[in-house]
Amino acid sequence: MVAVNSNIELVCPAGSLPALRAAIDNGADAVYLGFRDDTNARNFPGLNFDTAEARKGIDYAHDRGRKVLLALNTYPQPQHFERWTQALAQADSLGVDAVILADPGLMQYATEQYPNLRLHLSVQGSATNRHAIAFYHQHFNIQRVVLPRVLSLRQVKSVIESSPVEVEVFGFGSLCVMVEGRCALSSYVTGESPNTCGVCSPAKAVRWEETSQGRQSRLNGVLIDRYQKDESAGYPTLCKGRFKVKGDTAFYAMEEPTSLNTLEILPELVKMGIAAIKIEGRQRSPAYVKRVTQVMRTALNRCQQDPDSYTPAADWVAALDHVSEGRSHTLGALHRPWQ
Amino acid sequence: MKLSLGPLQYFWPKKKVTGFYKRAADWPIDIVYLGEVVCAKRRELKLDDWLQIAEHLNAAGKEVVLSTLILIEADSELSQLQKICDNGRYRVEANDMSAVHLLDGKSRFVAGPHINSYNAGTLNVLHSCGAVRWVMPFELGQSTLQRLITQKPDGLETEVLVYGRLPLSFSARCFTARADNVAKDQCELRCISDENGLPLQTQEGEQLFTVNGVQVQSGVPCNLIGEIDTLMEMGVDVLRLSPETGYMAGLVTLFREVVDQQCSAAEAVALLPKLITEQKWCNGFWHEQPGMNWEHKLVQL
Repeated sequence: MVAVNSNIELVCPAGSLPALRAAIDNGADAVYLGFRDDTNARNFPGLNFDTAEARKGIDYAHDRGRKVLLALNTYPQPQHFERWTQALAQADSLGVDAVILADPGLMQYATEQYPNLRLHLSVQGSATNRHAIAFYHQHFNIQRVVLPRVLSLRQVKSVIESSPVEVEVFGFGSLCVMVEGRCALSSYVTGESPNTCGVCSPAKAVRWEETSQGRQSRLNGVLIDRYQKDESAGYPTLCKGRFKVKGDTAFYAMEEPTSLNTLEILPELVKMGIAAIKIEGRQRSPAYVKRVTQVMRTALNRCQQDPDSYTPAADWVAALDHVSEGRSHTLGALHRPWQ
Repeated sequence: MKLSLGPLQYFWPKKKVTGFYKRAADWPIDIVYLGEVVCAKRRELKLDDWLQIAEHLNAAGKEVVLSTLILIEADSELSQLQKICDNGRYRVEANDMSAVHLLDGKSRFVAGPHINSYNAGTLNVLHSCGAVRWVMPFELGQSTLQRLITQKPDGLETEVLVYGRLPLSFSARCFTARADNVAKDQCELRCISDENGLPLQTQEGEQLFTVNGVQVQSGVPCNLIGEIDTLMEMGVDVLRLSPETGYMAGLVTLFREVVDQQCSAAEAVALLPKLITEQKWCNGFWHEQPGMNWEHKLVQL
């Protein structure tokens, strides 16, 4: 029997110092951030923290009693392994509250060199069941797992009941339709993937063009989508393009541009005993972080006080839809018919 | 240098599967990986059926390895995994850390391509758990492999996929069902009709990916036939070919001849179009480029 956790951690994205402050000021219990290189899975231009900024951010959070989690969640190859071990050394000396890792080699290194450093298994570690979690717990003493967004609500419950460690789930944000940590669609087309370079469908490979057939988006030359005049164009993430599978009509063959939104099932997640709920979006603006953190903080407070009478307010849903991909939302795999 | 037949990625009727492996017993191949790796709903063959095929291949002198499911979510999938890991006779290819956990310290195993082995630290961890062979993840290339072969623990064999559509991603969602606008739980196992998957094209008609149930594969097969000499020099132990329907016998034989230096890579490439329907390939990952690229300095088409 899992006890209802009345102190679920709200974990918010910080792609910059202003975003970090927006998260902390609006009710985040913890923020997660990365260094300014390919050691993290949001290795985007103009984003992330150098050491001095990380120091400022950590001080800001710790002064207010909040935590900072550092994402080192890409898979280092031998040519550049030192970049990841240096990042671990920095994490340790900066005094982050935990590092979020995916790579077993790096986890082994961390347990040997920094036995007191708290380890979380990143969503990029692809642990979708109790045996996989047990492996990382036994070998590397991980204290928390972030679940990939491919499990149904029932499967999440089953994992929580049998997990030896805390379970963190995604609560809101852009949706990976593929198992995280196991997707090479981006590197197949651009040479860079989340695992290898910390990017998916990288901006430098994107090209927009206006043609007689409409506005077109390309990724390394490959046509991802074509928009009619009245359509709003989305970022050309590979899995959210329109392609042809059977016949001549192009459709969203993998996933529509939409965002995960768990407001509707928050009471179930709370009762299941999740330890933390994560908001996606380190690549988004401080304004996004502020708005989403406010809504999720309010919802989580309301839900933890009285899960049985909780219902998501219409203005929360509207506020989140406003910042969602495609201005729409889904429960993704948590919702049975989706599977 | 050994040749292997990787696990079947597609959903074929039972009769087709048993017929395929019956013929494979006579092919010049050393290792055969067996089992359902893509979708737990594909149950044309039960574990006992696979074990029967294993018996037959084993009697024909093949090393048999049982491959496990890549994405494991449900309890029923975990119990099936447990049965495979406890089979007591054949080596297991672990394709998820749950399988590594069940085999850890109990049986020697193969760390499959879906275990993210990107550095020597990870290979050491896997070897200490009992891995005797690792299969290079598909998005890695030559220079990483070179370093990993130098740094890996002794006694750990290296296997590289040299022919076949690359499994690029997995989902809880079924893309074959989605193409017919139905949900996965109403899929009616329709992927059984697509013996080499469903082509996915861009709006310009470019063959980009292949839809195979919950899996997305490369649009064209990866083909490293022009790299065999290099792979041998680097000390790779096993070359893997992925099952496709129609032309495997000829393909396996051709690769065998190149490995045995009875046929040059250039001659083999000239022969390929006569053997198989595919006329386009990729090898970008090997050259540390976008995986879809086809680098043909050596291999002229």
